[in-house]
Amino acid sequence: MALFEAKNVTKQYGNQLALDNVSISVPEQCIYGLLGPNGAGKTTLIRIINQITGPDSGELFLNGKKLMPSDVQLIGYLPEERGLYKKMKVGEQALYFAQLKGLPKAEAMKRLKYWFKKLEIIDWWGKKVEELSKGMQQKVQFVITILHEPKLLIFDEPFTGFDPLNTKIIKDEILFLRDRGATIIFSTHNMESVEELCDNITLINKAKTILEGSVHEIRRRWAANEYDLVFEGDVTIEGNGYYNILKQQTDTKKSAIRLKTTSEINTNEILQIVMKSGNIISFNPALPSMNEIFIRVIEARN
Amino acid sequence: MNKISVIIKREYITRVRKKSFIIMTILAPVLMAAIIIVPTLLMMNQSGEFKKIAVVEDNSDLFQGVIKNTKDAEFVYLPNTKVDDLKKTFETSGYYGILYISPELIHTPNAVYMISKKQPPIGLLQYIENSLKKEIERQKLLAYKIENLDDIMKSVETNVSVQTKKLDEFGMEKGTSTGIAMALAYLLGFLMYMLVFIFGAQVMRGVIEEKTSRVVEVIISSVKPVQLMMGKIIGIALVGLTQFMIWIFLTVGIVTVLKTTILPKTNITEVSQVMPQSMMSGNQQATGTKQVSEMSPQVAEFSKMFDSAMNQPWGLIIFCFVFYFVTGYLLYASVFAAIGSAVDNETETQQFMLPVTIPIILGLMVAMGTMQNPESPLSFWCSIIPLTAPIVMMARIPFGVPYWQIAVSMAIMLITFASFVWMAAKVYRTGILMYGKKTSWKEMWKWLRYSG
Repeated sequence: MALFEAKNVTKQYGNQLALDNVSISVPEQCIYGLLGPNGAGKTTLIRIINQITGPDSGELFLNGKKLMPSDVQLIGYLPEERGLYKKMKVGEQALYFAQLKGLPKAEAMKRLKYWFKKLEIIDWWGKKVEELSKGMQQKVQFVITILHEPKLLIFDEPFTGFDPLNTKIIKDEILFLRDRGATIIFSTHNMESVEELCDNITLINKAKTILEGSVHEIRRRWAANEYDLVFEGDVTIEGNGYYNILKQQTDTKKSAIRLKTTSEINTNEILQIVMKSGNIISFNPALPSMNEIFIRVIEARN
Repeated sequence: MNKISVIIKREYITRVRKKSFIIMTILAPVLMAAIIIVPTLLMMNQSGEFKKIAVVEDNSDLFQGVIKNTKDAEFVYLPNTKVDDLKKTFETSGYYGILYISPELIHTPNAVYMISKKQPPIGLLQYIENSLKKEIERQKLLAYKIENLDDIMKSVETNVSVQTKKLDEFGMEKGTSTGIAMALAYLLGFLMYMLVFIFGAQVMRGVIEEKTSRVVEVIISSVKPVQLMMGKIIGIALVGLTQFMIWIFLTVGIVTVLKTTILPKTNITEVSQVMPQSMMSGNQQATGTKQVSEMSPQVAEFSKMFDSAMNQPWGLIIFCFVFYFVTGYLLYASVFAAIGSAVDNETETQQFMLPVTIPIILGLMVAMGTMQNPESPLSFWCSIIPLTAPIVMMARIPFGVPYWQIAVSMAIMLITFASFVWMAAKVYRTGILMYGKKTSWKEMWKWLRYSG
């Protein structure tokens, strides 16, 4: 069942169409990627989900019911541009935001201590935000976002500014939250993390949805008859009427080859031809990276 | 509602804890008390240093001993001395100056000179003039050969100080002083101007801070923009009221302390009781009268001021001040908030500030004019028009304003501030999420009419 749904959402700013009939459906306990080039309309959609602005037309549902102003308690939002009061102390500030989300003070305090310890930022509790490094500030912001244990989490570029170690920590936390029952909408330009984390995606370009589905299925769909073949030892093969060779890489122990079929031929038939050339270690359909797909889809549109 | 109170609390506490707030809160009453106390001290103690003055006459002794010593000046009568000789030596002999009186003085008013190195204080000259004038009058009267002249003179000697009485609504007389009313009008008008401006600008800066640091996105994913705006405006209003209350207490405290320590001799109640009696009963108590009348001009003045200050309608003033501060501040603060939401940084605010600043400054200017003529049509209309009313009305109140005018002005204030807040909220809601776009008045007008 979809935890969150947006149906035919349209939003116009002046003469500019920010969202044109966009629909998304986010299954429960899924990490949902919201992708698209800059200015595509992602932030507008996120703001609409957060009820910061309203759509001109279209409907939004949370848990099968129409999205209500009171539902903000159930949503946690980490905006792309981190927003903290620079002159305010970290702990006080976190407490303030928690209270704005409706948490009672004592409960907020307890959870803050837990998360601050877990992310190793408890020593910064009494410091002013402006004294913190960018990565530290983001951790604080992350804690603020998830503290009220929302059902729906929205992360807009959560990894910018983190070193690889902290990126991993945050990734693990996101997965942990998903496993504990949260549903996550995740907007990013970092396609590697999309492959790693996202179950489903929607790609928005120029206010319109141009691609959606599960990451796995999309990569399969875009695989487009390419296969990766690995032989034992030094093996070379030639293209023929059934397939072309795109890449060949050989070292003394094994040879990696990518081929692209040019006619109707199934995998068994390919294998029958290539197995004559040597010992096959592996044979896989070559999945394009999300990065490639992103670029190809957008370029095809422009 | 609960969330608004969380916002109000944050806005209030972060500001009240700031060093600048604490310093301003403590310093301002000290300065204000100084403004009240220093002129009083100067008035009571004009000359400062003690002066010895040589009195010289040309071959006569008409005015010997006429000018009595005061606590600031000693008059030394030097018979048989030539002015020209003394001119060279008076300084080395310890004299401040030479008072040269020609016998012609009885017929020629300006036949008297004060010779000194420095400009003599006006109070001293007036004292000398008075003393000489009385003596000449006495001598002229003597020519009429009236019996018991000295006694008669003593018994008719009087002091006059005009007391102003204002009839209030109930026909009760109250001692007032135009000076006090003016000072109060100035103080109230100016204070209102300062508070509206300072705290209104704080609202604007707060909004800009939230916008540029993008805090606003996090917050309005939790609360409505209107809640955030109102929370901020109310929080800062409470800061202003807190400061105002502390100022009142500290100012009153400091004035009281200074009055009892520095001016211990002026026991106001006692003097003001003695005064009317002594004025009437001149004949019997000639000597007593003499004593009182010597100190009474100063003390009477002070007691008059004190009475008048006490007789101001303080309840009305404080009520009106709080009312006009709250409504006037809300009116301007909401405009400031809307402006803050429309721009990306503080330098961009200038084009919007001017139209907002003009009515405030106009209000202040009219308020200054009000002190000269509180009943002028300009003052009246400016105390009704809501953009200037808070400042101008506060300046009018010490002079007495009919209740219906206050009521009309307040009603208009309430309506205007409500509609301003409503409009500002609409602009704010859109503006706060707009980045990187130069905003114009036209653009803001468009936001006003957005729905949803």
